[in-house]
Amino acid sequence: MFSFPLSAQEEHGTAVAEEEFKPGPFILEHIADSHEWHILTKKDGESLAIYLPVILVSKEKGIDVFSSRKLAHGKQYKGYRLEEEGDLKGKIVNVKEDGTADEEILPLDFSITKAVVGLLFSVLFALWLFLSLSRSYRKTGISHPKGIQSFLEPIILFVRDDIAIANIGEHKYEKYMPYLLTVFFFILFNNLIGLIPFPPPFGANVTGNIAVTLVLALCTFFITQFSGNKNYWKHIFATPGVPFWLLPVMIPVELIGIISKPFALMIRLFANITAGHIIVLSLVSLIFIFKSLMVAPVSIAFVIFMDCLELLVAFLQAYVFTLLSALFISMAIKEEHH
Amino acid sequence: MVLLMNSLVSPAIGLVFWTTIIFLLFFFILKKFAWKPILNAVKARDEMIKGSLASAEKARKEMAKLQSDNEAILKKAREEREGILKEARDVRDKLIAEAKGRASEEADKLVEKARAGIEREKAIALADIREQVANLSVDIASKLLGERLKQTGEQQKLIDNYLKDVDFNKN
Repeated sequence: MFSFPLSAQEEHGTAVAEEEFKPGPFILEHIADSHEWHILTKKDGESLAIYLPVILVSKEKGIDVFSSRKLAHGKQYKGYRLEEEGDLKGKIVNVKEDGTADEEILPLDFSITKAVVGLLFSVLFALWLFLSLSRSYRKTGISHPKGIQSFLEPIILFVRDDIAIANIGEHKYEKYMPYLLTVFFFILFNNLIGLIPFPPPFGANVTGNIAVTLVLALCTFFITQFSGNKNYWKHIFATPGVPFWLLPVMIPVELIGIISKPFALMIRLFANITAGHIIVLSLVSLIFIFKSLMVAPVSIAFVIFMDCLELLVAFLQAYVFTLLSALFISMAIKEEHH
Repeated sequence: MVLLMNSLVSPAIGLVFWTTIIFLLFFFILKKFAWKPILNAVKARDEMIKGSLASAEKARKEMAKLQSDNEAILKKAREEREGILKEARDVRDKLIAEAKGRASEEADKLVEKARAGIEREKAIALADIREQVANLSVDIASKLLGERLKQTGEQQKLIDNYLKDVDFNKN
């Protein structure tokens, strides 16, 4: 969650405190994605950071790949600049001949950012974990669960029994199990790495980034639409029991319903994780706002409490997202009852 | 700050791109190499447990059936024994009763026979006594009448007639 340990934070804080500490930008900087992994700012103002690769695609210049070190501290490289102030803060822009940023045409930014690194790390960890789990199943066969199985199997069974079977039903759930399990553990692991503040690759705010939750919500959206049976589409375009002259009103309403479901999924996960991070960062900021170490124990106590809560939220949001995905799928494949 | 918030809620194209690729790869790898074998193993185990439970239940039912069968057989055997015992008792009782009846009949017959014998002997004896008494009486009367009376058939008839009136049974 923080990109540096507490001692480094103090240095960072005092350095900034001279020009008055602003908690707002401080917090938002930590939540937002970034091209470099900031670790600490030294007393002389130089920062220690992991510089991540920048990948830019634009019509005029083609594909450019270079280290974000080249853009550190407002430096220009190949006509690119990383804006540090203004509307485009945090974005890489083309620099015009007069030295101002070209606000019209932005290069497409496919950089390996902090969130991408966090994502890769959690995915690789999860792959390693589940592939070795799968191997251990091949070894134990049908005997009782051993070792890591006894820890992960209850979660897998929970997803199967209480999410998939409970919502989709005994006959059709198997087809959706891989997606539900994947999305559950993907969210869970990314939530958890966001909770661990240090060292990199921990602390990246992945599931608190709307781009990530957008992709997940889109996956659920497409799976739902492609699973939709005749009954589902009939309910949208010719809702039974609705007089035909009402259909011009009903069809847009139903279509909005289709969109709003994954939209709610996207916002829910993003907002929950981001809110948790904001609260923890605000509590830490209190120390620098009061410029007193006396506040620290209180802050730390609250932060520990919040982290426990966030741990719960990490599981809860993974559960809620998976549950709602299963629910939406079940609504799309439900057979007509009357 | 509002602008920063703005950038927070507007998804960056790069991250959307990378997330899509990473998530899809993650999904397909896990689907093929993790979820399938894991879910199959868990399912196989579930089925085995279900199967064993069912067969255990079946065995238990069979056992109970056997037990109830045994009980029924035992009950039947007990009833049969009761029946046989009862029959035997009846036969015994009947035999005893029969034997008793026959014995008393025999005894009655014997007594009857004895009584008939006694009657007969008594009649013989009485006839004998009557004769003797007649002879004695004749003797005595001859002696008394001085042998005037002859030993004739008429006289003898007369004596018999007298004697008939005497009831010897009274003694």
